[in-house]
Amino acid sequence: MKAIALALGLLLATPALGQSNMPPSYWAYRQLPDAKQEAKAQALMQELRCLVCQGQSIADSDAELAGDMRDLVRRRIAAGEKPEQIRAWLIERYGDWVSYRPSTAPIAWPLWAAPLVLLIFGGAIVAGRLKRKRS
Amino acid sequence: MIAEAGLSALWLAAALSLLGLFLSVLHVRGKLDADREVRSLAIVQGVLCLFAFAMLLVVFARTDLSVELVAENSHSAKPLVYKIAGAWGNHEGSMLLWVTVLGLSGAALAAFSRQLPSRTLIAALGAQAALALGFHAFLLFASNPFARLDPPAPQGRGLNPLLQDPGLAFHPPTLYLGYVGLSVAFSLAVGAMLAGDVDRKLARAMRPWVLGAWIFLTLGITAGSYWAYYELGWGGWWFWDPVENASLMPWLAATALLHSVAVLAARDALKAWTMMLAVIAFSMSMVGTFLVRSGILTSVHAFAVDPTRGAFILVLLGLYVTAAFLLFAVRAATLREGAPFDPVSREAGIVVNNLLLTVILGIVFIGTLYPLMAEAVSGEKISVGAPYFNAVAGPLAIVLGILLAVGPLLSWRQERRPILRKLALPALFAATALVIAFLALPQATILSRFGLALAAGLIPAAVLPLIGRNPLRTPLAIWGMAIAHLGAGVAVAGMAADSAFTVEKLTASRPGETVAVGPWLVRFEAVAPVAGPNWTAVEAELRASRGGGVHVLRPQSRFFTSPPTETNEAAIKTLLNGQLYTVLGQSDAEGRYQLRLWWKPLVTLIWFGGVLVGLGGLLAFAGHARRSWRRRRA
Amino acid sequence: MSRAFRLLPIILLVWVLLAFAWRLIQPPDPTVRSQLVNREVPHFVLQPAVAGVPGLTSADFATGEPRLLNLFGSWCIPCIGEASVLEELQRKGVKIDGIAIRDTESGVSGFLKRHGNPYARIGSDPNSNVQLALGSAGVPETFIVDSSGVIRRQYVGPIGASDVPGIIAELEKLR
Repeated sequence: MKAIALALGLLLATPALGQSNMPPSYWAYRQLPDAKQEAKAQALMQELRCLVCQGQSIADSDAELAGDMRDLVRRRIAAGEKPEQIRAWLIERYGDWVSYRPSTAPIAWPLWAAPLVLLIFGGAIVAGRLKRKRS
Repeated sequence: MIAEAGLSALWLAAALSLLGLFLSVLHVRGKLDADREVRSLAIVQGVLCLFAFAMLLVVFARTDLSVELVAENSHSAKPLVYKIAGAWGNHEGSMLLWVTVLGLSGAALAAFSRQLPSRTLIAALGAQAALALGFHAFLLFASNPFARLDPPAPQGRGLNPLLQDPGLAFHPPTLYLGYVGLSVAFSLAVGAMLAGDVDRKLARAMRPWVLGAWIFLTLGITAGSYWAYYELGWGGWWFWDPVENASLMPWLAATALLHSVAVLAARDALKAWTMMLAVIAFSMSMVGTFLVRSGILTSVHAFAVDPTRGAFILVLLGLYVTAAFLLFAVRAATLREGAPFDPVSREAGIVVNNLLLTVILGIVFIGTLYPLMAEAVSGEKISVGAPYFNAVAGPLAIVLGILLAVGPLLSWRQERRPILRKLALPALFAATALVIAFLALPQATILSRFGLALAAGLIPAAVLPLIGRNPLRTPLAIWGMAIAHLGAGVAVAGMAADSAFTVEKLTASRPGETVAVGPWLVRFEAVAPVAGPNWTAVEAELRASRGGGVHVLRPQSRFFTSPPTETNEAAIKTLLNGQLYTVLGQSDAEGRYQLRLWWKPLVTLIWFGGVLVGLGGLLAFAGHARRSWRRRRA
Repeated sequence: MSRAFRLLPIILLVWVLLAFAWRLIQPPDPTVRSQLVNREVPHFVLQPAVAGVPGLTSADFATGEPRLLNLFGSWCIPCIGEASVLEELQRKGVKIDGIAIRDTESGVSGFLKRHGNPYARIGSDPNSNVQLALGSAGVPETFIVDSSGVIRRQYVGPIGASDVPGIIAELEKLR
């Protein structure tokens, strides 16, 4: 009985635990009515980093600011903006760090080149060994 | 008393490992015959570590608040199973588990190894003792789990509610048995390189250790993935998070090592690859331990950050890995290659397998560390996440999957038969699936469409080695291989299906409303308060149906009191062809509750596949064990 | 050739270990900083957060005088400590504008009543839109904006009494 009273009290006391005075933004937890737009928005949200979390995308976070960013993404996609434009807008304000997809800027060239280098290098070792085997 | 007993056991174990190291050096250099002594020391040291760990469990089970670790991480109101599991839900306790597995592995190596020449075994035990010494030092000087608190705390600080879960009881111990079990492969490789004895006997001695550790790693990672899936509340099962990558890297190395050691055992070939992989696998375990506990990478899964502890592990890691790499560099020339093989042969197939796995390992390693490297060099902060890993490792994994279908059919040394004919049917399935996927699923990612095609081909191809054989006379190891490869195909099917077919619905609904998600109609019946032992919650009753019967789901939004946290407990209904995943969120001012609903067709295949892979490994283990037991009796 | 192959792992290893050591000595800074420093304040128009105090637009910054832009919320605990420092700055003649992030009118008016009002204008940003447009990731944060509306400096976290002389000096320089 006491537990239920406690639970009811907690129910009435939401929002709890150090959050702001406003509820989540409109599009934070709502999908766009157009399925194609929602898919584009969802794909972009998976690649944007939550600014206040320990390494999560905004699609996987319950943080308020992540919800506000989802709201921003959905609103802009609904208004016709391209995902790349929204990503660029955010990178302009927070740097490359906010995008989980590394950019094509020079800083990321070694990253994209690495798999090729590894394959070529490894392939050369393997080819050398196989050739030696036959002879 | 109990805590002090545990601590004394650890000190004693450390002293014994120092002695064991000393004696093994003398033995290997021929100054002394210390075979029995080194073996006994290894066994006693293992038992002492186990005793210390048992003492830690006792102290947690009783919630002894005079022990600082218990006061920081436990609470008298916690259920007993989580009190005990909480012993390894923190840095010091999990480090003690790490050291215990290290000690027990050394003990088992000493107790059960019969076929290795004495010099090789003692050299390996010496390497194991050297590892133990370093990590004991870390434990005793920088992470003492038995430190006392004076005066004792009035109440514990509780445990992170996200860790109050069966996952905590299962995932870390399994994972550690895997990570740290690879230390034996490392020690055997080091010992064999020191003694100059890299041959089939070594491979046969190493194989059960690699197989055993690999089975635990596979099951541990699978369990971790499922735990994150149902705990975090958004339906994701892999995030390329640095800590997850830290567990994947040893697994990739161990998988390559597993295949390589089989070649060494069967054909006396691939000596250099096998030694290098054995060193890399445990090195990856140590790197993982460092990454997770040093605070240099941001992650939801990371332990409490402490750079001084990180520095200690870095020094250990640096010493051990550098020494092993140097040893390899010096001895690699003496690793005389064994029987030759053709470019089209099973050995060659496994070499390509090694290559692909190592390249994927390199990609995961580079991707995980790149933000750190970029910042060190240029000061710029960048993020590397799923878009990179999926784009780069995904295609390689598909190629590897194709190899998985072909490889087991190849003969040793030289393949002369037209095996491609056997693959005609699986190839047909794959091609058909690919065409259908591209025509019928335009909104799915390219990777997932290829994944579906791969699975359609790999699942029948995996059982090909069994066809045409008498099931009762087929060696268990072949059954194991087929089931493990089948498991890989099943897991790929699950991953691709989850990516291509999942349907999501987010709504703000009032009790009484119905929501459609995929083929399901979910009626939001009611909301009620609920209480548990150390939490209270708001629970929703959902009734889902798709034509036939009704399934009731009760997702909760839970509030824990100590420490104060809010979590979502997803309600998941598992059916034969998928899972209905439901989460209850917050309510707004007008009495509407956030509901997050997913219909995920075939998603359980991901973890079912993982379990099959582990099961296959287990069968192979049993097969090899039975064969070596029979050989010994004969 | 094969000697190079065998030494390569060690060279890579040493490089990785050095990078790890560097990261331990220089721990990662988790502060998220705006990239708009030395760029113009982005265009925005915000309604008044509380009756009696005008709302805030980006045009209010290119006034010929440097100003402080402070992001706060009545629900933000460190903002309470910062309030007295902002009062002190305002008393010394600094012009301060505020944006109330994710806040209600009653929340903001209660906050101002309890801790004083150093703001000339306060805009209401209920969905963090302008916060995101500014490259801010939390509250409290303060931007120093120069006389032509260009952001010159960002303070992440509450301003302390020790920051006051520095801020005043910087504002003098920007006049």
